[in-house]
Amino acid sequence: MRYVVAKDCPEAVALLNANNGARLLAGGTDLLVQLKQGAAKPNILIDIKKIDGFGNIAAEEGGFRIGATVSGAEIGAHIALKAAWPGVVEAVELIGSTQVQGRATMVGNLCNGSPAADSVPAMLAAGAVARVEGPGGARDVPVADLLKGPGRTALGSAELVSSVLLPKRGARAGDAYLRFIPRTEMDIAVASAGVNLELDAGGVVVAARVALGAVAPTAILVPEAAAALVGSRLEASALDACATACEAASNPIDDKRGTAEFRTRIAGVMATRAAKTAYTRAGGSL
Amino acid sequence: MSKIHVNATVNGDAVEFLCEPDEVLLDVLRDRLNLTGAKEGCGTGDCGACSVTLNGRLVASCLVLGAEVEGSAIETVEGIGTADALHPLQRHLLDHAALQCGICTPGIIVAAKALLAENPDPSEEEVRFWLAGNLCRCTGYDKIIRAVLSAAAEMRGDSA
Amino acid sequence: MKQDFKVLGTRPIRPDGLDKVTGKAMFGADKSVTGMLHARVLRSPHAHAEIVSIDTSKAEALAGVKAVITGDDFEDVDNRWTRYTMQNCMAQGRALYDGHAVAAVAAVSKKVAAEALALIEVTYKPLPHVTDVDEAMAPDAPVLHEGVKGRNLGDDVSGNTVGYYSFGHGDPETGFAEADEVIERTFKTAAVHQGYIEPQACLADLGADGRGELWCCTQGHYEVRRICAEILHMDASQLRVTASEIGGGFGGKTTVFIEPVALKLSQKAGRPVKLVMSREEVFRATGPTMSASMDVKIGMAKDGRITGAHARLRYQGGAFPYQMVMLGAMSAFAAYDLEHVQAEGWDVMTNRPKMISYRAPGAPMAVYAVESVVDELCQKLGLDPLDVRIMNAAREGSKSSYGPTFKAIGLVEALEAAKAHPHYSAPLAPNTGRGVSCGFWFNFGGQVSVSMAINADGTVNLIEGNPDIGGSRASISMMAAEALGIEFDRVRTIVGDTASVGFSDVTDGSRVTFAVGIATINAAKAAIKEMCKRAAMIWEIDEESVEWIDGAAHAVGHNAGTLPPMTLAEIAATSGKTGGPIAGHHEGAPDKAGVSFGVHLVDVEVDPETGFTAIKRYTAFQDVGKAIHPAYVEGQIQGGAVQGIGWALNEEYIYGEDGRLQNPGFLDYRIPVASDLPMIEPVIIEVPNPGHPYGVRGCGETAIVPPLAAVSNGVARAIGARLYALPMSPPKILKAL
Repeated sequence: MRYVVAKDCPEAVALLNANNGARLLAGGTDLLVQLKQGAAKPNILIDIKKIDGFGNIAAEEGGFRIGATVSGAEIGAHIALKAAWPGVVEAVELIGSTQVQGRATMVGNLCNGSPAADSVPAMLAAGAVARVEGPGGARDVPVADLLKGPGRTALGSAELVSSVLLPKRGARAGDAYLRFIPRTEMDIAVASAGVNLELDAGGVVVAARVALGAVAPTAILVPEAAAALVGSRLEASALDACATACEAASNPIDDKRGTAEFRTRIAGVMATRAAKTAYTRAGGSL
Repeated sequence: MSKIHVNATVNGDAVEFLCEPDEVLLDVLRDRLNLTGAKEGCGTGDCGACSVTLNGRLVASCLVLGAEVEGSAIETVEGIGTADALHPLQRHLLDHAALQCGICTPGIIVAAKALLAENPDPSEEEVRFWLAGNLCRCTGYDKIIRAVLSAAAEMRGDSA
Repeated sequence: MKQDFKVLGTRPIRPDGLDKVTGKAMFGADKSVTGMLHARVLRSPHAHAEIVSIDTSKAEALAGVKAVITGDDFEDVDNRWTRYTMQNCMAQGRALYDGHAVAAVAAVSKKVAAEALALIEVTYKPLPHVTDVDEAMAPDAPVLHEGVKGRNLGDDVSGNTVGYYSFGHGDPETGFAEADEVIERTFKTAAVHQGYIEPQACLADLGADGRGELWCCTQGHYEVRRICAEILHMDASQLRVTASEIGGGFGGKTTVFIEPVALKLSQKAGRPVKLVMSREEVFRATGPTMSASMDVKIGMAKDGRITGAHARLRYQGGAFPYQMVMLGAMSAFAAYDLEHVQAEGWDVMTNRPKMISYRAPGAPMAVYAVESVVDELCQKLGLDPLDVRIMNAAREGSKSSYGPTFKAIGLVEALEAAKAHPHYSAPLAPNTGRGVSCGFWFNFGGQVSVSMAINADGTVNLIEGNPDIGGSRASISMMAAEALGIEFDRVRTIVGDTASVGFSDVTDGSRVTFAVGIATINAAKAAIKEMCKRAAMIWEIDEESVEWIDGAAHAVGHNAGTLPPMTLAEIAATSGKTGGPIAGHHEGAPDKAGVSFGVHLVDVEVDPETGFTAIKRYTAFQDVGKAIHPAYVEGQIQGGAVQGIGWALNEEYIYGEDGRLQNPGFLDYRIPVASDLPMIEPVIIEVPNPGHPYGVRGCGETAIVPPLAAVSNGVARAIGARLYALPMSPPKILKAL
């Protein structure tokens, strides 16, 4: 295995293009574990941390563009970003320990393709858009369209995600992310939910996006759950309908981290709780 | 496959080493630089015993490649305090009997120092969540948390 | 027996503290020597398989590989228990569990060693396997080893059942007939790992001259020497074992897993060999404690009196014969003074890693089952759980459920302290329940050697043979200082290697402060006798006219007051002229360890929508006899309580249908993290042990026993439904709601 530092994005793409079995190294908190366990055997590691701009959080058209190598700790320390997208930021901050936060990146969390990745439901709910760079140039792809299955994304073998754009927020909007784990830290999500709401002046939900993690082969958007919230002030009936829709959309597996039955039920609980937090953050009062 | 030549500073001293492309910083510190204060408890970023700071940021040195630290500043437990002038965290850990076997202690000290640099007045809950990635199997954490809180108080100059 | 102490009960800083907060302390993996090779072990991916062949030729041909070994490299040994240990370190003929070692290599680097492992070709023939205790005990189960079935066992149990024990007195059926309420329940507990943060590590050097040096992290380097010398067919004198600083053990480092392998590789390669386990290897191949399946039946009168009690304990202890359920059967009802009681136990083998001790081995699960049924009876009869325990508590003079009559014990004191504590009467928040449980551990004494030298400058060196796992060098120095009448910092205690001080049993059974303490006090007595003799010589009076008081020789009798006292430092300074160096030593096997009881109170909050359980408040009461260093005693109580909390809530070995361990890492083997817990309030009770000069009882193990039932009882009261299996992970709790 070779280790190469890419100077710029075209070089990283060219290296990907030239090497079957190349892996990109950003935070490395998943990749290095895979290397140690022999689960990944790349012939070349392309370190993209030195690429200009990849380490930036930049304001863009009222939203924020988060570079591929920005760590969780940097995202958590960005006051304006946190004010605009508290749900996405809290999701990123839940990835691993403080030590892992020092390295792990949101884009890496996305590109790993784990159905339980914490930041992904929050990005889905936020309507985040990934900038994909490849041999043919750059294209913008909604995060929802990148997810293909456990460990799989829609990225081509010579493509990489250089950044993710969190769009401009309206007034009276808020998001939240919640996950269930058996301990209070250090676990992989058993079930999780990201909710993004926009309210009118009267506190009625006018737009909603609800996403779930760890209950299907990928994180999923649940339009029915969102629809259950639109038009409501999060009355109990709306929340119940949201939870029911989440349960219906869940198709989890039984494994060492939880039973399918448990995950299904918890997905609804997480969604309704996240919805309440998002609603409050949007200025609504429960 | 050839080794990679790396320059960095460790605890303020310039170091130069050769490492394998897949060799992690923890192994570099322990096997090549003879700094065995950072421990391998898991090798997968789950226990915190290998905590160091990299350019001031707390990381698990088992999840950093040696090759990645070119030009970086690394601090390990060996760079914190001296036998004559212990860091307040080290003193309070001793005073509170906050170590039993001591294998997690270097990681706790490095991690807690990084916390206090960022937040000089943490609550108990903030200390507990910051240190959630530092496993200790001996103490039940009680005395560690108390030691960190009292070291923080001393460092702030609180009379309490 | 109230004594006034000068040093005991204070809280000095531990002598190894500075090295441990500055990164200097040398643990198992921290030592390297020139010419050293790195070893790696190849492990079975099968739960049970015949090893048809192992082809090591490609690995041996790889540049940089200096030795490759398999089970064929180990000659048979006479002692069958040593043979089991040897075959656990390296499989011979069959791989008996997922993770069982089948070959090992030593090479010039870790990298080459890893590459060599991949070149070893093992042909396996998978065999039927069993990992559950009840299935393993069934008559049709695949049997791991023929010819080791326990004596007096019938055809109703399989050959995996290697031992049966029964303790008790009276007739439980008579007791049940007298009861107003009888409850019988079946419980299951998962296997849990000690979870020490330091993986096993060693550095072995066995030369062509037959002399060996072994550095390793162990709770007992004499035991390591014995086992390794037997396996390598060496004289014990030729193998010097040095215990490194030890990064946690909790019983898990009381035997060997890698040391014979490293020695054999070193012998074959002719170079020192370092072997360090990965965390995954620790989980797959070192001993967790037993899992259990248990039936407990208890009868209670309306007033709370327990009329009869019966337990049946089936323990699963992995791939080799073992003896551990006995301690569970003895512990189960130890907290109660009962007329009619019986506890039976079966030790069972399965295709899992060979069990090894984990803090109070065998007791936590048995006591969990008993204390759960007692709590359920209290709920059913509307009785206060502490009152019921006080009413039935074992006390001085009680005939214990396992035979002996208790001497002075502190259970009632602990229960009454719990009752009087503000925690017990504090109001409870919604969805919160308060759980109570007793706990018990025997504590051991065992063989011990201590050598003490009085230096000419008035300081003292002490060599003991027990690895210091939680601050014992401090407590031993304190007892030496107390006995000699000098200050703590005048004494330096070190743990000697196997060539520097006499035999000492393993650091286990909460025995070190008790047994090494007694040996230290006796060694001090011997030195004091000599110092009195020297003073008498200098004063030219009879030895009988000199007494040792507060660190100095005093003339007594008709010489009293005529001569100024002569201090230890003064006597030591002239020792070269009065007969040479002054020293004391003691070798013995103290056996009056004194049992220890604890009582834990816990408030748990259960999220009714998710089944998540949070520990909100925790108070642990424990009789420790005499707390030599109270801060370290508190640490033992706190640490034990939290390990028990982990056992109760989230820790478990998870096996798939294929018999493979699914969670060999700290990510999914979920030990408690800092943010899971509140402060753990320890309350030290001191009812002196009459078997120790200072009243010491062991204190290290008892605290892991009560949390399992305390947490379970708290959950039962929080949610109004009871679980009968551990861990009480959220899916199980939500299902019960």
